[in-house]
Amino acid sequence: MAPNNSSSIFLYLLTVILAMSLRILPLGETAGYLNPDWVLLILIYWSLNVPENFGVFNAWIVGVLVDVLTGRVLGEHALVYTLMIYFILKFHKRIRHYPFPQLSVVVFAALLLSSVLIFWVESIKNEAHISALFWGRIVTGTLAWPIMYAAISYLRSLRRFF
Amino acid sequence: MGVILAVALLISDQQGNGLKNVRATLSILVYPLQLLVSLPVDMGESMSDTFVSYQSLKDENRTLKEKQLINDSRLLKLAALEKENIRLRALLENSFKLGEQVLIAELLAVTLAPYQHIVVVNKGSRFGVHEKQPVTDAYGIVGQVMRTLPVSSEIMLITDPNHAIPVQVNRNGLRTIALGSGKINQLQLPFLPNNADIKPGDLLISSGLGGSFPPGYPVAEIDEVKVQPNKPFASITATPKAQLDKSREFLIVWSDSRSVLLTEPEIEAEEVDASEETLNGTE
Repeated sequence: MAPNNSSSIFLYLLTVILAMSLRILPLGETAGYLNPDWVLLILIYWSLNVPENFGVFNAWIVGVLVDVLTGRVLGEHALVYTLMIYFILKFHKRIRHYPFPQLSVVVFAALLLSSVLIFWVESIKNEAHISALFWGRIVTGTLAWPIMYAAISYLRSLRRFF
Repeated sequence: MGVILAVALLISDQQGNGLKNVRATLSILVYPLQLLVSLPVDMGESMSDTFVSYQSLKDENRTLKEKQLINDSRLLKLAALEKENIRLRALLENSFKLGEQVLIAELLAVTLAPYQHIVVVNKGSRFGVHEKQPVTDAYGIVGQVMRTLPVSSEIMLITDPNHAIPVQVNRNGLRTIALGSGKINQLQLPFLPNNADIKPGDLLISSGLGGSFPPGYPVAEIDEVKVQPNKPFASITATPKAQLDKSREFLIVWSDSRSVLLTEPEIEAEEVDASEETLNGTE
């Protein structure tokens, strides 16, 4: 499954749980729309940094859990996360060596594509009454990416001292 | 491979409810997370309960006692009215439905999706909650149970864009349907003609048509009636009576569908008195 030793697995589970909690944080209407897709960001981070231990199946399981957590149709997030992580893993050798601004562009594209897919599934499910603010979370997600990246990298560097 | 699996899941969950058990099992796994996120808000509540001055407690106690007294006297009258109603309906050979049972459920402070008005409460199928049950608070109808999980359930509020509730104007019995607007403090009544007898301040109560909501509960108050001469229907908005964004406790209602035997109204009236958690249709 995820990273190679037990403390890495622990860190991986911790970040996923934290991301899921952030996902359902009660923020009110406008801020709720701007709440980025933390879980996808976390999955992108781990698939870029430990691709050898991270599989598409992993993303699928996390996706199903997010579906249950947020009361979506089962498989909605599973589909989106699986697709995104598949492409990230396929091109990770190239993406990893991108300079940071270019990496952010990749993350932006992934968030955009995932939002389009989620919008599409939601529209099939019922009459979508999704305000234009829905797309704001792509921007906030891209802005949150460097912060999240730095935070997890810092935590992983600390790991040596445990 | 994963994609095929996900799409298969999507389709099967959309079509039938064979995946209900899967969702129920997984929901127990993620429920602690919802509790965790909700924890700061709950703690804030209990803190404000703990650190409250003696004076304000005393004041609150006094106002509550006064309220209780007023409600009790109203209930006295209500029992008599109810008996009278049953008698009159017996004369008309009409059936009368008994009161409802309720269960108090507490809100979890989580957002599922910002574009839906769906909330999570801490009572689920273990407490006998089932889908499509009406939910109210102390002021009016809140919504209906959309999905039950073992330890929690998801409630769709009446303001959700995909929700509609059959209502009736209390003043003259005019029936229509109130749709959710997507705003937490607004309902829309798009199906009334321009000459309909409705004005701002009118109380809308549930009409009981369709069978999912019990009749007689307050739903909303008319806000604005805008006549549109160039269109067949007026544009009417209403404010929900229930405090959708403030209430922390909701009542899940079991409508008692048994009709009263009209030949022996006294016995049934006694049953009304006997059932403890009976909530009355009026007020």
